[in-house]
Amino acid sequence: MTTTSRPPTAPPGPLVPRRAFRDLSEPVAGGVAGGLARHLALPVLWVRVFFVAAALLGGFGIMLYAGLWIFLPADRALDVSAPGLESATRAGKRPGRGRRVIDAGPAVALGALAFGIVLGFESLLGQGFLFWPVVLGVAGVALLWRQADETQRERWLDTTGRIDPFGAVFGSGGWASYARIVLGAGLVIVGLGLFAFRNGQFQVAGDIVVAGLLGILGLGLVVGPWALRLVDDLAAERAERVRTQERADMAAHLHDSVLQTLALIQKNSHDSTTVARLARSQERDLRQWLFSTDEADATTVAGELRAMAAAVETDHPVLVDVVTVGDCPLDEQTRPVALAAREAVVNAAKHAGVPRVDVYAEVSDRSVDVFVRDRGAGFVPEGIAADRHGVRNSILDRMHRHGGSAEVRSAPGDGTEVRLHMPLDQRPAPQQEEKP
Amino acid sequence: MNATIRPGGPVRLVLVDDHAMFRAGVRSELTAAGAGVVDIVGEAPDVDSAVAVIREQRPDVVLLDVHLPGGGGVEVMRRQPSPDTCYLALSVSDAAEDVIGTIRGGARGYVTKTITGPELVDAVGRVADGDAVFSPRLAGFVLDAFAGSIDVAAVDEDLDRLTEREREVMRLIARGYAYKEVAKELFISVKTVETHMSSTLRKLQLSSRHELTRWANDRRLL
Repeated sequence: MTTTSRPPTAPPGPLVPRRAFRDLSEPVAGGVAGGLARHLALPVLWVRVFFVAAALLGGFGIMLYAGLWIFLPADRALDVSAPGLESATRAGKRPGRGRRVIDAGPAVALGALAFGIVLGFESLLGQGFLFWPVVLGVAGVALLWRQADETQRERWLDTTGRIDPFGAVFGSGGWASYARIVLGAGLVIVGLGLFAFRNGQFQVAGDIVVAGLLGILGLGLVVGPWALRLVDDLAAERAERVRTQERADMAAHLHDSVLQTLALIQKNSHDSTTVARLARSQERDLRQWLFSTDEADATTVAGELRAMAAAVETDHPVLVDVVTVGDCPLDEQTRPVALAAREAVVNAAKHAGVPRVDVYAEVSDRSVDVFVRDRGAGFVPEGIAADRHGVRNSILDRMHRHGGSAEVRSAPGDGTEVRLHMPLDQRPAPQQEEKP
Repeated sequence: MNATIRPGGPVRLVLVDDHAMFRAGVRSELTAAGAGVVDIVGEAPDVDSAVAVIREQRPDVVLLDVHLPGGGGVEVMRRQPSPDTCYLALSVSDAAEDVIGTIRGGARGYVTKTITGPELVDAVGRVADGDAVFSPRLAGFVLDAFAGSIDVAAVDEDLDRLTEREREVMRLIARGYAYKEVAKELFISVKTVETHMSSTLRKLQLSSRHELTRWANDRRLL
């Protein structure tokens, strides 16, 4: 995307246009209200109320809803999670959202509401000439569109990429989709029939013309959704293909690296330390590709800690387990914490004599806390020789210098825990807290 | 830690994982480290066969993989093949939604696949005794979920009801403390630690049901 001229106040980074999507995760009818609510950052209830209220203004809300349903793309195609998770999703291995009885609640309420509106109209206007056929027709078309959504969604989840004419209409089947098609088509036909029958009483001559027109119209309504979606789908499929190729490249690359590592492990099978280190580094590599949604880059505190753990694991025969809660950008204020944590982990790796170090970091609005713990040899903190600078300079003094605090708790034989605490002042004003 | 022979006989356990090699590995580790403590009475590679095996064997504990053909581990628990069975999730997935989702689905604990044999035996024993088992990583996820920084599809205010003490316990677990060490640090008994963890788990599992009621209530459907 090229952006020619932007106002100077615009934030850096690629400009992503905000688009509205329909929310297909739990649609009542077409997911229009849910999607709009998310786009406009309003409670979904307000949007629904708006549509219902607008529907009373001569059906304006219904028209609007139908129009948005047709023209807003569904959001599912753009949801991309990590490749490993996507693959597990496609294979049906991940827990999905269970449909609960209560999920049908809004739909039932909507139906009841529609029925009420119909009755209201009837009592106001009496038996309209066109009214019932139109109501039935609209309901039928809505059902057909709903099924079209369902089918489209299944096609995204489908990996084979073949288009099967039966599947294009019914998706992967199930009584719900059959019922939707049959009921929808039935309602349209009944609507048309009703219209033709009443018409027929008066205009026998125009009958045939109308019937023909209606036939075409009905066919168009049934086929229309898919024809229209096809255009949308082409773009989606192209994007999907690019993604698939990218993924295949990546998979090939990882495949090589995994095989290499396994070969190395076979060669070094007598040396358990090397085997563990190889396995660990390979696990990290794979894990990052499979599960991490954000790149573990060193621009945030959590990312920096993970990168640090990886580096220490490569240099020393220890396993560094990093658990982080919350995150914030790595800046002048938080960098000392990460550096002190690295020093603490390296110390543990060198001196504790145990294969495992736990790192826990918690970032809140007010402070960053990092705990580095091992269950190793331990030492007497007061007894550090004056010429040893690791703990004193790199951990304690560094934290104090930058306005934080550090505590080393250790006893011989009882392991060591280094606690780092750095208060954060208000985030938007990145100030340096250099004490004299 | 050494496994002690359980008074009521060994824990009857069913192993559910779609990778045969992993099942074999766990089986050998459990047999080695948990002799007399854990008795593996069945294995299953997917949801349907897991449900069948659990229904037939009625085990005390099911060691359940999160990613499973046929709908994931949650689906097995949802079908409730046996009422008295406890579930311990054993996963390699680091995705918070998987882990928290499985816990919400009714699992009593979550451990990672890199866990050692004795630790796994200990975890199985704890789950069989009705306790919750939190690995450091799960404790981290729980804190994240309760802080609202993970978007687990449905995190709501109900999650805020974790008490300061429960939060404290979770923090220590996330820092790699063992139960005993948590108890020592907070000057409480191990039993109290277990109580705090169980109630954390209960709140986590309950919240989805609360949320459901609230959702319906908000829309004046109830």
